[in-house]
Amino acid sequence: MIAARAKSTRLWDGLSLSHKRVLWAWTFLAIPILFYSVIRFWPTLQAIALSFTNWSLMRPASFVGLENYTRLVQDPLFWQVFRNTFLYLIIGTPISLLLSFAIAYYLDRVQFMHGLIRAIYFLPFLTTAAAMAWVWRWFYQPVPIGVINGFLTWVGLPQQPFLRSTVQALPAVLAPAVWAGLGFQIIIFIAGLRAIPTSYYEAARIDGVSEFTILRRITLPLLKPTIVFLVVFSSISFLRIFDQVYNINFNDPGGPLNTTKPLVMMIYQTAFKSFDMGYAAAQTVVLFAILLVVSLIQLRVLKDR
Amino acid sequence: MTPQITLSGARSSHTAFRPSRIVSWTLLFLGGLVMVTPILFMLSTSLKDASQVYDLKLIPASPSLDNYWTVLSDGRFLRWFLNSLVVAVAVTVSNVFFDSLVGYTLAKFRFRGRYVVFIAILSTLMIPTEMLVIPWYLMASTFGWIDSYWGIMFPGMMTAFGTFLMKQFFETVPDEFLEAARIDGLNEFTIWWRVAMPLVTPALSALAIFTFLGNWTAFFWPLIVTNSRELYTLPIGLSSFAVEQAIQWEMIMTGASLATIPTLLVFLLLQRYIVRGVMLAGLKG
Repeated sequence: MIAARAKSTRLWDGLSLSHKRVLWAWTFLAIPILFYSVIRFWPTLQAIALSFTNWSLMRPASFVGLENYTRLVQDPLFWQVFRNTFLYLIIGTPISLLLSFAIAYYLDRVQFMHGLIRAIYFLPFLTTAAAMAWVWRWFYQPVPIGVINGFLTWVGLPQQPFLRSTVQALPAVLAPAVWAGLGFQIIIFIAGLRAIPTSYYEAARIDGVSEFTILRRITLPLLKPTIVFLVVFSSISFLRIFDQVYNINFNDPGGPLNTTKPLVMMIYQTAFKSFDMGYAAAQTVVLFAILLVVSLIQLRVLKDR
Repeated sequence: MTPQITLSGARSSHTAFRPSRIVSWTLLFLGGLVMVTPILFMLSTSLKDASQVYDLKLIPASPSLDNYWTVLSDGRFLRWFLNSLVVAVAVTVSNVFFDSLVGYTLAKFRFRGRYVVFIAILSTLMIPTEMLVIPWYLMASTFGWIDSYWGIMFPGMMTAFGTFLMKQFFETVPDEFLEAARIDGLNEFTIWWRVAMPLVTPALSALAIFTFLGNWTAFFWPLIVTNSRELYTLPIGLSSFAVEQAIQWEMIMTGASLATIPTLLVFLLLQRYIVRGVMLAGLKG
């Protein structure tokens, strides 16, 4: 034992300084490499492999080729869910980015109670989606319970069905998600705006350029890295929406008539309610493909301009 | 709100048309009121008794903490609160340790394979959690991790986002500092822990805040991996509690407040660091 230790010490001392550092580096990386292999890469391959099987908790897995994918393409529920998921994306992303940019743009210029107003806009970001979905659910209830319908009645407008309507339910579910994400986007936009050197603005103002031209020609182009980051980031989060939808309509998650059901909820129900794991794995692969394609298209389009 | 708003401190010092400033301030303020309305109504209703719930006044006629005592009395919320706290703290500590260790190694060591490791870790950012939950569930049931703290925690012990963030920051640490420590005979682990880590504390606090908040509010994976009430985290517990209460809105709002108040309090205390942390992470990340 002692001899072995003495031997290893001698080995260690015999190494050159740079070799020692390489050994240190791999020592530091050993546990993380194990973690990423076992908890990230292996499960990814496993999910893809499972998507070609008919495994469920009721029966052992057997290879079925592309059957899960052909089944998915023929499943009317999948297309409904596909439509919903993209509606969350194409309504949620532009609205939340336009709102947060407008707020950040003006908030950046206002100094009176700046910190307080910024804090107020940021607060919803710190709330738990599962908790706030219940608050919003309560807001959407009919008179005499719901706050929004109470307000509408008070100003003399007709009540709205919100979560009970197949048309209004999706925007009603989306609103809390936009609301909760706004604060984060505002802070990131402000950080981006602050990073633009003031000398650019001063030079433009000396030349007598209008505020709108400054916004269009200086602010927006220089803000592009921030915009690209937020577009991709918020698109991914809208495509993966789940917590709000699950909680706001607990007795019929994704309802009414599946009009608010996003892909992640279909995955959850297929895997953990029907235990149809192979089919669910195929859905997760499709989700992965959607996220990848949408992000790549956005990066391509935004980088070119 | 008064007409004589002092705008002298505004960032851009050009002479703007003052009324337009007042208009934009007022709009921002009203927008802010809309933003906090759900939180205010939640808190206000948690202080009302069942008979006042349908009275939609923001200030309760006779505020009382009775709902809180009722909700807390059977101990379930305390248990869920404790579960969330244990999980979020443990995952945060793990991320602060490992993400910065890996970030530091990738930023400050030169060795073959460094780039491959970096790209491999970074590429996991593209894999959505949802794709991994079925294999994770399989793994958790094989090893008996269902319904355990470890089962809730293991997928998040390290993140590519945190590693990338820390790598960005360690790259700004001058090599001379590390060389000086090396000449003093410190070993590499001590150099990282004692010399490099204190130089990136703003990034560490940003990482800690993000990790804690993300795990405190996490819903999808804890929902899948927990079966028994005793192991629910706060969001899952709250969800099951709310389903049970059905239409007792004052009780649901009390539960929602209990889940929200801790993060709001922490925010009020650490506001400056949190906002700065979000900015840092957003700019570098």
